[in-house]
Amino acid sequence: MDTQHPLTAERRHLIAIGDLDRAAVQRILDTAEGFQSVMRRDVKKLPTLRGRTVMTVFFESSTRTSSSFELAAKRLSADTMSLKASGSSVDKGESLKDTILTLTAYDPDVIVIRHAGIGSAAMITRHTDAHVVNAGDGKHQHPTQCLLDLYTMRAALGRIAGLQVAIVGDVLHSRVARSNIIGLTMMGAQVTLIGPPTLIPRGIEAMGVTVSYDIADLGHADVVYILRMQRERMDEGANYVPSLREYSARWGVTPDRVRPDQLVMHPGPINRGVEIAGAVADAANSRIIEQVRAGLVVRMAVLYDLLTEPAGTPGESALRVVGEPEPAAAGQEVA
Amino acid sequence: MTVRLHKTPAAPATLLISGGRVVDPGSGLDGERLDVLVREGTITEIGPGLEATGVERVDARGLTLLPGLVDPHVHLRTPGDEDEEDIASGTRAAAAGGFVAILAMPNTNPVVDSAQVLDSLVLRAGEEAVVATGFFAAISTGQAGARLVEMAELADRGAAGFSDDGNPVERAALLRRALQYSRITGLKLSLHEEDMSLAAGGQMHEGAVSAELGLGGHPSIAESVMIGRDLQIARHENAPLHLCHVSAAESVAEIRQAKELGVAVTAEVTPHHLCLTDRAVAALDPATAKMNPPLRSAADRAALIDAVSDGTLDCIATDHAPHRAEEKEVPFEEAANGVIGLETAFSAVYTHLVAPGLVSLSTIVERMSTGPAAAFGLDAPAIRVGAPANLGAWDLAADWLVEPPYASRSTNCAFAGQLLHATCRLTLAAGTVAHRVIEVAEVGER
Repeated sequence: MDTQHPLTAERRHLIAIGDLDRAAVQRILDTAEGFQSVMRRDVKKLPTLRGRTVMTVFFESSTRTSSSFELAAKRLSADTMSLKASGSSVDKGESLKDTILTLTAYDPDVIVIRHAGIGSAAMITRHTDAHVVNAGDGKHQHPTQCLLDLYTMRAALGRIAGLQVAIVGDVLHSRVARSNIIGLTMMGAQVTLIGPPTLIPRGIEAMGVTVSYDIADLGHADVVYILRMQRERMDEGANYVPSLREYSARWGVTPDRVRPDQLVMHPGPINRGVEIAGAVADAANSRIIEQVRAGLVVRMAVLYDLLTEPAGTPGESALRVVGEPEPAAAGQEVA
Repeated sequence: MTVRLHKTPAAPATLLISGGRVVDPGSGLDGERLDVLVREGTITEIGPGLEATGVERVDARGLTLLPGLVDPHVHLRTPGDEDEEDIASGTRAAAAGGFVAILAMPNTNPVVDSAQVLDSLVLRAGEEAVVATGFFAAISTGQAGARLVEMAELADRGAAGFSDDGNPVERAALLRRALQYSRITGLKLSLHEEDMSLAAGGQMHEGAVSAELGLGGHPSIAESVMIGRDLQIARHENAPLHLCHVSAAESVAEIRQAKELGVAVTAEVTPHHLCLTDRAVAALDPATAKMNPPLRSAADRAALIDAVSDGTLDCIATDHAPHRAEEKEVPFEEAANGVIGLETAFSAVYTHLVAPGLVSLSTIVERMSTGPAAAFGLDAPAIRVGAPANLGAWDLAADWLVEPPYASRSTNCAFAGQLLHATCRLTLAAGTVAHRVIEVAEVGER
């Protein structure tokens, strides 16, 4: 069955960052920027998605992604329901297909899914009428992470096109790296991957990136994007790197390896002292907390974009908070 | 010699197949508007304008008659998984694809590693099989790679060969003993070649597409280093060897070199490896694109096509692997390996290789008929006076959309959704009608 679901199709999904074109990315980032201004007000809730239902279904642990999706839906006045794998029928061996068929019986407008299986988000589009948003499918894709990273870079540097971005660390196991390579390249940035040869997948140059095994090549980057190094990679039998100690010594991002004029980013959660030194994470040029903040407005923008016509950035009316009167017809209830 | 192929008894066909093109490279035959007369299951006359009264007539004008196809590698899932396939449904699928003889792999539940299990299959094939069906026995008990099966007894009971397919024979010393001991049976070993440590975690071919999708890579060398090892053992023991589903360019190079050195190796390749590449995995549908060995790169595909042309690869074999829908309606990494292929094999190869001019029709017929028959010591199907009727009548111009329902009990077809050339109208297997979707004229009418 067809698994290509461009965001311009009739029933739109966001499965991979490549589902979007450049214009759609710009539109979503602009929408998020509009929402950011609302987030500075006292009342932060918008009525835009009132009466809509957003389900978040997380089969893998997550802090930022699940909480920001849920909060994003609430800020837009949607009804939300979140399902975690533990404590659900998944514990009783219910298949992904059956779980989705069951949830679809409640007619959700959007299902946000995280699952360890590559292609799981694409697969459930065959079993539900809801718009599907991929919140991470194994090592494959994490498109909203890419959008929030693009948003953060644009907010800090004013552009994406022409930037030099170094992605450092375990690219092999990273859905964030794969989404960002596609998203950054599409938006005109140049990407260099830096890490141990065992953790850079064979053939990835075909995605239009440069590969380096030398951490010194960070020097050319405007943005240093650091990936989480997972302890399992050092398990006996895996042998991706001999030890965490050697990894940190060779590829850890330490204060002496970045300059203050370089932006430091990390999708979180960070391992201080492993892939990133504490001093680097806490430095003025670090945008790690801004990334988390961007996650909320970008996910609001994605939900808004899926559930409204993709006609452009939200106008005045979309950005009116709950209870705020329409300027043209003061006193009238916002619909 | 022990009978190695089994089929349900059926009335032998008496038919006049008139006006078709007959192509049989083995008999040196390629002629237009020929009649083929079959009496009591045997081809009795071939020529233009044959007269035969009181005989059913099939109008084969516009059709091409080819020797029946032979598939040395199918999974009939019997015993144990008859909900995926059984001998009746699997052989009907074979007949629908123009096959007249197939050999089934022994990785069933239980494994075919004892005379009792083999006997039960021979019995069932005698009741249900609509094409001639043979059965491999395992090389090692339970295909566990530890202890040899009782090869002599299994050979006496009619095993067609020995295979641990699904698993490699990991221990070189066990393979060596198997090659030495199987000599007394005259039967061949058919090997699934895979270095498990190199293939560990592999979900698809390791390359640019796996890098982009994030799926674990199954490198080409996982196959070729094992093939290299086993060809050296076979050469040392001066023993014949058959290699299953060759997928990588590196493997082709090993086989070519071994043949030049005189090793008695035969090797097969699947239609999906000849027609598709790892790009097909990008849709992330395991029903069509997940199998072991995996679909490989365009360069590998080109090397396989060259090897079919020059004979380095002797056979095209389907590795027909039915799976229930639940095993495929899951995320890619959780899904079972394998695709069905009996009904689409010739049509896919004709569409993707013959029609674009990459390989000749006669070469494909040899690789799908005489090649596999010779590799396993079976009688080669032939369109020749005096031979039993083993043939297919194909409408090469009739396109068909690959979609359910299939004759197979499973639907995990690599070519699902494709429009393929070449429709099989009639299959005669061992002198009986095994498949027919063509009008038969009244008796005696011309």
